[in-house]
Amino acid sequence: MNVSATPASSAAVPTAAAPSVASGRNGLLLFAAFVAVMLVLPFFGGYPLFLMKVLCFALFACAFNLLIGFVGLLSFGHAMFFGLAAYVSGHVVKVLGWNMEMGILAGAAVAAVLGLITGAIAIRRQGIYFAMVTLALSQMVYFYCLQAPFTGGEDGIQSIPRNKLFGIFDMKNDLTMYYFVLAIFLLCFALIYRTIHSPFGQVLKAIRENEPRAISLGYQVDRYKLLAFVLSATLTGVAGAIKAQVFQLASLTDVTWQMSGEVVLMTLVGGMGTVFGPVVGAAIIIGMQNYLASLGEWVLVVQGLIFVIVVLLFRKGIVGEIADRFKRKG
Amino acid sequence: MSFKPGFTKAALAAAFALVSSGASAQYSDGVIKLGVLNDMSGLYADITGTGSLWAARKAVEDFGAKAKGLNVEVIGADHQNKPDIGSNIARQWIDIDKVDVILDVGTSSVALAINQIVKDKNKIMLNSGGATSDLTGKACTPNTIHWTYDTVALANGTGKAAIKTGGDTWFFLTADYAFGHALERDVEAVVTSNGGKVVGKVRHPFPGQDFSSFLLQAQASKAKVIGLANAGGDTVNAIKQAAEFGITKGGQSLAGLLVFISDIHSLGLPTAQGLLLTESFYWDANEGTRNFSKAFAAGNKGRMPTMAQAGVYSATMHYLKAVHEMKSDGDGAKVVEKMKAMPTDDPLFGKGTVRIDGRKMHDVFLFEVKKPSESKYPWDYYKLRATVPANEAFRPLAQSECYLVKK
Amino acid sequence: MFELLGIPPQAFFGQLLLGLINGAFYALLSLGLAVIFGLLNVINFTHGAQYMMGAFGAWMLLNWLGVPFWVSLVVVPILVGIFGMVLERLFLKKLYHLDHLYGLLLTFGMALIIEGLYRRQFGSSGQPFENPIPGGINLGFMFLPYYRAFIIAASLVVCLATWYMIERTKLGSYLRAATERPDLVQAMGINVPRMVTLTYGFGVGLAALGGVLAAPAYQVNPTMGANLIIVVFAVVVIGGMGSILGSILTGFGLGIIEGLTKVFYPQGSAIVIFVIMAIVLMIKPAGLFGKQK
Repeated sequence: MNVSATPASSAAVPTAAAPSVASGRNGLLLFAAFVAVMLVLPFFGGYPLFLMKVLCFALFACAFNLLIGFVGLLSFGHAMFFGLAAYVSGHVVKVLGWNMEMGILAGAAVAAVLGLITGAIAIRRQGIYFAMVTLALSQMVYFYCLQAPFTGGEDGIQSIPRNKLFGIFDMKNDLTMYYFVLAIFLLCFALIYRTIHSPFGQVLKAIRENEPRAISLGYQVDRYKLLAFVLSATLTGVAGAIKAQVFQLASLTDVTWQMSGEVVLMTLVGGMGTVFGPVVGAAIIIGMQNYLASLGEWVLVVQGLIFVIVVLLFRKGIVGEIADRFKRKG
Repeated sequence: MSFKPGFTKAALAAAFALVSSGASAQYSDGVIKLGVLNDMSGLYADITGTGSLWAARKAVEDFGAKAKGLNVEVIGADHQNKPDIGSNIARQWIDIDKVDVILDVGTSSVALAINQIVKDKNKIMLNSGGATSDLTGKACTPNTIHWTYDTVALANGTGKAAIKTGGDTWFFLTADYAFGHALERDVEAVVTSNGGKVVGKVRHPFPGQDFSSFLLQAQASKAKVIGLANAGGDTVNAIKQAAEFGITKGGQSLAGLLVFISDIHSLGLPTAQGLLLTESFYWDANEGTRNFSKAFAAGNKGRMPTMAQAGVYSATMHYLKAVHEMKSDGDGAKVVEKMKAMPTDDPLFGKGTVRIDGRKMHDVFLFEVKKPSESKYPWDYYKLRATVPANEAFRPLAQSECYLVKK
Repeated sequence: MFELLGIPPQAFFGQLLLGLINGAFYALLSLGLAVIFGLLNVINFTHGAQYMMGAFGAWMLLNWLGVPFWVSLVVVPILVGIFGMVLERLFLKKLYHLDHLYGLLLTFGMALIIEGLYRRQFGSSGQPFENPIPGGINLGFMFLPYYRAFIIAASLVVCLATWYMIERTKLGSYLRAATERPDLVQAMGINVPRMVTLTYGFGVGLAALGGVLAAPAYQVNPTMGANLIIVVFAVVVIGGMGSILGSILTGFGLGIIEGLTKVFYPQGSAIVIFVIMAIVLMIKPAGLFGKQK
């Protein structure tokens, strides 16, 4: 046994290298299959509210994964973007009467600004310290939300109306809402995919693999990290804003550190650093919560067990392990 | 092991035929489904919890549902005092499990969320455990009846009594959510209209654990009365910690604005004696309440029912009567209309009515907690100080913000 | 003087006392965390759950076996400490060769499991616990309950004893050496893995001791550790992640600052510690007493 002497190693959490599963033609086929399935699921017994919940959290996990999987920064405070965006979008839609898409944009914008501020503070540290800073900043946002009048404290913002989309489309029907949410998800997913496979994404990977070398090559590493952080925060904000519109409720649960922990779990289970991993992870965890909902406290226990088992035995996550198998075969 | 496809199809067809030919076919989906939604594991679990579930099932049994040809099912779930959990359960219950009525829903923030959902989906909420008077005020709907008590009745009961005994300066320790705010608001109104003054307020997190720093602020204010605008475990702990820090020794008195018999049981008579409280039901009041309560105790580990649990029984009974007369349950608002048209009568609350704003009207009682020497048998906790008639206890229609009340 | 500030002395000293009591818990818990982090480089997220186990242990012993509080004070930390050692042997050990963040994630998962199981069994409302030293003394400017005074005294004694043991005894010197160069210490014949296990157990025991002390003062409640742990993290980061003295001083100090904030600006009392943490991390990242490694 060797105990490392340096508390804050700059090596990131080991992630699966971009697996062959997701790139190239395989990836495109998988994606097409996914889209097809999601399009028809409501007609085969899929409950739209449940599916929308999965999509929201899948987007949340994908945005989170951008940071941990491709930049190597484990944030334990992402709930602050998720929850604050939910509150803001709920407020502007309910109290100011804005249209639905404006509500979502407002939530995303606020998340972006918060991401910029907190990112500027947090980026200066790495590893464990980065996680601790994000946790502390998230707690500050939580206590702010607890006391700010517009959030409604323990009651949350309730009865958020489903305002018209672009002022034209009536969104009260759950099925209509579902296709809208699906469209947003696919858009953001495509955005993340393009970001990962762009020159920007390559630089991020370089920073994750060997930061000193990236610096020596002349890259302004901090700027890249901050940009990735803000992007991650913004997309998380989109997820939070959508969630408020779908469930017509924004509450304190969305800004707790337990929520931050949940998104870590989803990404871990699915596979950090993979493209589809977070989606799979979100589907599994949300599905499990739904299935065990009547058993109350067991949900906590099961989540904890999954955490422990995955960390001990399946660190690459489901998609990561599958990708590994493919690589070994081929 | 595999079934031949033909066999499976035949079996399914037979099952379908059996179900759809049921005698209760005029009720939506053939079943009247009741869902008891409350806190089953947290600080309000003793006040509502599984006891309310028992009460609903007892009401179905006592009504003789089977004999009358009604197929009634009762299910329960834990909302953990969180509006989002409660909302999800309610939505799934209505959309997937075909629940027709949601019962109890203690915790006002959850109650308000469910209130909106049952209105949107034209189902029913019969709220017994929740307190906020907004349910029959600005948040009223044609789909909700507020049964057992509300913050206005508490204010007119305990609030007025505390002022009459000389408590004219008040400091509020308020649970920071819908219920606490509503209770604080309604009691403050009674205090000021009776010549009293509110010298300070502090909000504590819900649920709270350590009240010492808030109690010290109350002590610093030198108010004669420290009003506890919270309930259940919060009230019990605030009272205990106040005793620990010698606050009552300094001459200030504590007013528990919402206290249930289960809380007195947790506190014990030595600590709770002399406390004034307002409830609309006491297990030992008369033959009718005693019979119900003895059966309740047998089914609930020896505990006596609180008014919230009794209210679930009473509301379920009245609902079944209405539905049986109408011979249908599909349209929530219509059933509620029928419930408002029929006068109520049950062994627990006696005779009463349901008002146009959804407020169930019955008398409310001011009790004082007995001294240990005055208590002769287990759960013998209350002596009756005053009866507040229904129209004096609850908000008069003239002051109502409910849109259903035509001015 | 106090009338000038508009605050009666009872309120001021009362809040100060409460702050000191909170500080006693912060110090005790951050001490355990600092000890564990110093040697294992693991952020023990389970610390809050182990604190809760300590409180419940005392409650169970009292209510099921009639064991008095004073016995629990010694017995329960040992029992929970043993449980911690089992956890370390079975699970934590396997992650030492990986990035430290995995340790964080593992202990986070274990905390969820423990809290979930206790909530399943006991519900999430609190269980009452008899005050072993009821009553208090009226000091004129404030009322001091005996038990609360005991908490502060007990915490101080344990913290100072631990500091002394680590900084001034031979055993402590082995520990400190193993933090720097475990290979050399192992080469000198000291069983380092066993020392690591025992250290984790000791840190956990400290958490459980905090729980036993907390039982009469607060309710015994499965969620009691969850929110406390985040604040304790902040305390440890401010004090310096591996510094023993740092955690003790910072713990008590931050408790007092929090108490004072409650007097003058109650709305800020919940976040003041986090604000201080953010500032410290920006200016002196290793913490006030930490050593930059």
